[in-house]
Amino acid sequence: MSGQTITEKILAAHSGRERVVPGEIVMAKVDLAMANDITAPPAIRALEQMGCGPWDRSKIALVASHFAPAKDIASANLLTAMRRFAQEQDIEHFFDVGRGGIEHILLPEEALVLPGQVVIGADSHSCTYGALGCFSTGVGSTDIAAVWATGEIWLRVPASMRLSYSGRPGPWVVGKDVILSVIARIGDDGAAWMAMEHTGPGLRHLTMESRLTLTNMAIEAGAKSAIIEPDDTTMEYVSERRASTGRHLPFEVFSSDPDACYERELDVDLDTLEPMVAQPSLPSRAIPVSEVRSGRIDQVFIGSCTNARIEDLRIAAHVLGNQRIADGVRLMVIPATQRVWRQANDEGLLDLFATAGATVSTPTCGACLGGHMGVLGPNEVCVSTSNRNYVGRMGHRTAQVYLANPGVAMAAAVAGEVVHPADVCAAPPPRVEYEEVAAVA
Amino acid sequence: MPKAWVVPDNVDTDVIIPARYLTTADPVELGAHCLEDLDPTFASAVELGDVVMAGTNFGCGSSREHAPLALKGAGVSVVIARSFARIFFRNAINTGLAVTVSPSAVEGADQGDDIQVDLAENVVRNRTKGTTHDAEPLPPFLLDIVAAGGLVPWVAHRQASGGKS
Ligand code: SF4
Repeated sequence: MSGQTITEKILAAHSGRERVVPGEIVMAKVDLAMANDITAPPAIRALEQMGCGPWDRSKIALVASHFAPAKDIASANLLTAMRRFAQEQDIEHFFDVGRGGIEHILLPEEALVLPGQVVIGADSHSCTYGALGCFSTGVGSTDIAAVWATGEIWLRVPASMRLSYSGRPGPWVVGKDVILSVIARIGDDGAAWMAMEHTGPGLRHLTMESRLTLTNMAIEAGAKSAIIEPDDTTMEYVSERRASTGRHLPFEVFSSDPDACYERELDVDLDTLEPMVAQPSLPSRAIPVSEVRSGRIDQVFIGSCTNARIEDLRIAAHVLGNQRIADGVRLMVIPATQRVWRQANDEGLLDLFATAGATVSTPTCGACLGGHMGVLGPNEVCVSTSNRNYVGRMGHRTAQVYLANPGVAMAAAVAGEVVHPADVCAAPPPRVEYEEVAAVA
Repeated sequence: MPKAWVVPDNVDTDVIIPARYLTTADPVELGAHCLEDLDPTFASAVELGDVVMAGTNFGCGSSREHAPLALKGAGVSVVIARSFARIFFRNAINTGLAVTVSPSAVEGADQGDDIQVDLAENVVRNRTKGTTHDAEPLPPFLLDIVAAGGLVPWVAHRQASGGKS
């Protein structure tokens, strides 16, 4: 009998089984079930139609993120529906405007997602949490209602794809470039319905923030989930978040057996990687930044659950320095959560951005899904740190979106077109973890 | 006659129903904007019972259940694809939009072909071309959910009978 992957072990443990095999359907117990202001209202209706109430008010998270603060009356109604449900059902983890942000950055910060858990989110980027060594996946509203009713979900055990990283990324390369290069290699459905397991010595050089970007974009390769075995970086992050929030939920660390089975394996050499930019209108159309010819751009968006953490804003600020945003370019900076916003404010980053001619907004998904705060008009060209550049995603169907890391995005804002960040900024950003790891390696 | 609407690979849920319409979950309102960024005439020209024939990875992207609802609201009876993105596939089953995988049916189909789908027998007939194609059967577990009328009645029944199906 062969060994098991980390994903198989977590699913077995949550469905009362010794072991599970890819393809079989299990009923798994859920540790956290999340929905946002777009997906929660239909879920609340479905829960009522099921004739049920929430199974455990401490295991549901509701986050006002997408059309929050309300962008119009209809979205105010969505937010009200979620707020009312949270109050009536006494939901413990309800994050309203001004108290939360984008769920995929917020829930790890809040120490609500932890290693070994099964986390289900009514949002496709719920695969992000796997960076902490848990199984997490996205579903729709009716599925999340079923979890709220029963505490369980039916899941087909996914086959796993192993990505093994070697080498050390260069100073301008972060998690975003790694995952864009992988998607460019395997395609937009290259990991369809699979668990992407990121492994290998190269991972030691990726910070927790970079890892969260890596798992965030699993869905852009069609994956069901993404996962990274907890290591020192993970445990340091988890301990820090638990201490800082005072939330000490139990967790368990799982790891893959050496003889576990993988449906597909891919080696990725980080040494040779350049910053990557996905051209319109698919994430798989990523090429090295030096080969991109974008022409003049209209807007830069630094935000979203992919790249709006403090590390991302620090990199963007470093590239900006004391330069100004190019004439004719609009820069929107949207820190992902209230905590990131306040930290960036304390560090003077928000003032630096605003002085250079950027708009800085309160946390929201905003422009990422063409909701508000920077919707694109016909034929406009945007460089975005988000995860999707599909037709119409950020506004008009003729708008063109390039996906990039925050350093590349800020360089584009300064230059007025896509350039290598080294073209506008002499020294690469300092990378504390990177240097420390390099010193002992 | 149910006619085919042929769409390419990687049709994502932002294209099926753009985020600007997500402030409602009403299938008919959503249906009026279904696929409009791909084909602005689709929503007005599609007729009740028509069939969408898609390439690979249909429904990739966001988890919005509004996507299968929009297709239903527009009048689409079934989506036949070379392959589906996972979340869309679940959402379709849960909300009662018929979906089936049949690469060979999609292969030879042209816009406007007369398509008949027999989900019980897992067969797709192209009556314009005179061809018959196998479709992949659903796993028995999913057939249970479909037979119950979707996930809402399936859960309601299970909870009412004390957690047993
Ligand atoms: S930031 Fe964008 S991708 Fe992330 S949850 Fe919000 S809308 Fe979705």
